[in-house]
Amino acid sequence: MIPVGFDYQRPELLDAALALLAEHGEDATVLAGGHSLLPVMKLRLAAPEVVIDIGRLAELNYIRLDGDEIAIGAATRYRDLVVSDVLAQECALLPAVARTVGDPQVRHRGTLGGALAHGDPAGDLPAAVLALDGTIVLRSPRGERRVPITEFYTGVFSSVKEPDELIVEIRLPRTGSTGWAYEKFTRRSNDWAIVAVAVATLPSGRRQLGLVNMGSTPLRASATEAALAEGKPIDEAAALAAEGTEPPQDNAGTPAYRRHLVTVLTRRALQTATA
Amino acid sequence: MKVEITVNGERTSADVEPRTLLAHYLRENVGLKATNIGCDTTSCGACTVLVDGESVKSCTVLAVQADQQSVTTMEGLGTYADGELSHPVAAAFRQEHGLQCGFCTPGMVMAAVSLIDENPDLTEADVREGLEGNLCRCTGYHNIVRAVLVAAGKDPDAAQAAGTEDKTIPPGFSTGKAEPSRTGPGEGDA
Repeated sequence: MIPVGFDYQRPELLDAALALLAEHGEDATVLAGGHSLLPVMKLRLAAPEVVIDIGRLAELNYIRLDGDEIAIGAATRYRDLVVSDVLAQECALLPAVARTVGDPQVRHRGTLGGALAHGDPAGDLPAAVLALDGTIVLRSPRGERRVPITEFYTGVFSSVKEPDELIVEIRLPRTGSTGWAYEKFTRRSNDWAIVAVAVATLPSGRRQLGLVNMGSTPLRASATEAALAEGKPIDEAAALAAEGTEPPQDNAGTPAYRRHLVTVLTRRALQTATA
Repeated sequence: MKVEITVNGERTSADVEPRTLLAHYLRENVGLKATNIGCDTTSCGACTVLVDGESVKSCTVLAVQADQQSVTTMEGLGTYADGELSHPVAAAFRQEHGLQCGFCTPGMVMAAVSLIDENPDLTEADVREGLEGNLCRCTGYHNIVRAVLVAAGKDPDAAQAAGTEDKTIPPGFSTGKAEPSRTGPGEGDA
């Protein structure tokens, strides 16, 4: 399978990438690792006229502490998240989740910013960043804005990001090396989650949960979080995990199956996170 | 558009369409046919090569993305002379008979090279997890895993026995326990 022809641009600097994106707008697509984009281009579900490759921009490849937060460049690869000492100490949920994405070859290419921009409801990283109350930094020649991930996704594969905007950074709270869990249920080891649950414990002590593949966007388990905040036991809180979700029907399971599965995974994840 | 890619230590260059996949560049422009295209959907791993030393699936990388970078294919992995394979991973696959039909082998070997490079102190579970992106449709995983352990300098029998004890190996996989004797009549004293 070969994509429809396109014009390829690999700017050396972030500003040049932003200028190209502003120039071509909806006719252009950003390529980072390409492990979401190239498959859909090969299936000809996407046929951009211009592909702007930001995968090698050093300006977008970093993991560093910034005050109370961790700042991660959008083109940081899964592999770099997995082996990061900073993340192991300051936000151990993220590398644990990144470690479950695809397989080693995929993790050598795919990027955090790419996963968030693609926004697959079955993707691992969006739900983890959601559990962490992360912030997405968008930039265009018009300026920069910060969007909490809770306000980022608007529907299936769609977000508030404008066509001329690029995700340049992801900001996360410093949640440390404990109080987290990721329960991912798959049939095959390198497959997408049928359902997965990410638990993070914020610096305030509040436990938050991100759900994978339980609706058209990554979702929070709001009812479970509220029950935990009221001091309800884990079993009782986990039983509420499917509230407000609209899980999909596909070959891997029915909505009813997923509603049950998410309560089981939530209970396990909360037990692990509080152990 | 013009690309320059160092393949197995040699500079290659071609004028390609941007949509050319790295797998096609290697097979058709450079003429190296070890890199197989299996599923063409980033699943099977048969097209695995190294880009700047790290395993990637070359059906999901554009040739232009590897411009000015270094690619290693199975052909670039040491030499074969006097009946000996010089690269330890290739030699271990041969010694342990880590292949049946051979279609997945170049991808398996390249994935193993990258895996050992990133974690030389592998357990059997590490090998099985580390090869999750490579499918063998002959289902010949047992000897492939042994070959990777041997290439990493491990005793595959000990590694598999340890894997059984730490319960990380799912039921039905290598138990590490001694097989019942299959010695035939007259061979018992050999």
